[in-house]
Amino acid sequence: MEVKPPVPRIPPPGWSEFKDLQEWEQYHQERAQDDKTSETLASIADAIHHMPGGWIVTTSTEKIFNWARKSSIWPVTFGLACCAIEMMATFASRFDVERFGMVPWASPRHSDLMIVSGTVTIKMAPLLKRIYGQMPDPKWVVSMGSCANSGGPFRHGYHVVKGVDRVVPVDVYVPGCPPTPDSLMYGLLRLQELVGEFQRTGRRATPAEGASA
Amino acid sequence: MTPADAAARIRERFGVEAVVEGSSVTAVLPRERWQEAGGVARRELGCAFFNWLSAVDWKERGLEVVCRVDNLDARLGLTLRTRLDAGAPRCPTLTGVWRGADWMERECYDMFGVVFEGHPDLRRILLSEDWEGHPLRKDYAVDTPHTPYR
Repeated sequence: MEVKPPVPRIPPPGWSEFKDLQEWEQYHQERAQDDKTSETLASIADAIHHMPGGWIVTTSTEKIFNWARKSSIWPVTFGLACCAIEMMATFASRFDVERFGMVPWASPRHSDLMIVSGTVTIKMAPLLKRIYGQMPDPKWVVSMGSCANSGGPFRHGYHVVKGVDRVVPVDVYVPGCPPTPDSLMYGLLRLQELVGEFQRTGRRATPAEGASA
Repeated sequence: MTPADAAARIRERFGVEAVVEGSSVTAVLPRERWQEAGGVARRELGCAFFNWLSAVDWKERGLEVVCRVDNLDARLGLTLRTRLDAGAPRCPTLTGVWRGADWMERECYDMFGVVFEGHPDLRRILLSEDWEGHPLRKDYAVDTPHTPYR
């Protein structure tokens, strides 16, 4: 029986100058010949990193705050009707909005976002408004599903608010009956864009005044 | 107690012809004998289970209160109906016969505005206390501007 000699592991040349193999690989990544942009960027980054204090990033406070805001939007767990089932699916592991920094939180005091998931009855509307009032500024509202958008199939009933924008200002409307988790996630991503552009003007969109059926 | 027996007993006591369909018996009673009919259904026909109570709006011909009670042992279902006077929806209460009639009659008052005379606690049960009108009435205008969210 033939015995194969073990293959000797030869370290790449010059590797002992680096801390470890990953660092060596980082420096020796192959680039396309005519990739000038990457080279320029790499040299700039290199220069910045070698400057004293070069790791400090200068930006506007609006930008950094908005980045922080949009990266950790906490929705208050506020399930009203069947849309809440889809909302829970969105929060759960299969769709997992936690990777966008959204943690469903069981207290309006710590939340930035209210997902109005379902039918808002006239009896429920004052309570919804109270929960909205308990949330700290800045806050956002996603109206989820036909019922919250416009009253949906219950629009001509006696007991349903014809759109939650008559109660609280709404930032994103997600259509559907109920919207799938994908739709809601799309809406939440649009909301993130909105939050990224958020400016503290002191003004908000107000619900349509004097709106009637 | 078969459905035929029940119908015979109702004819004997109230002088009305009850309709028998399978295991269910339907009797239309005058409003004045509503409570008495409840007592007979409970004690003589053995209908201990109060299933539901509601109303029908016949517009200018007035409201009709409908109530379904069951004798579960004999598999007998008894539907009692009574017509109320047009413009004066007042009906005697059945809470003295079945305790379960309490919330049913409150709901009926809430939705149709039927005033159950002798009810211990006749308030709205589903709608808010400041609600105007009774929404399941035919003359209730659904699109009435209603404070504050409509």
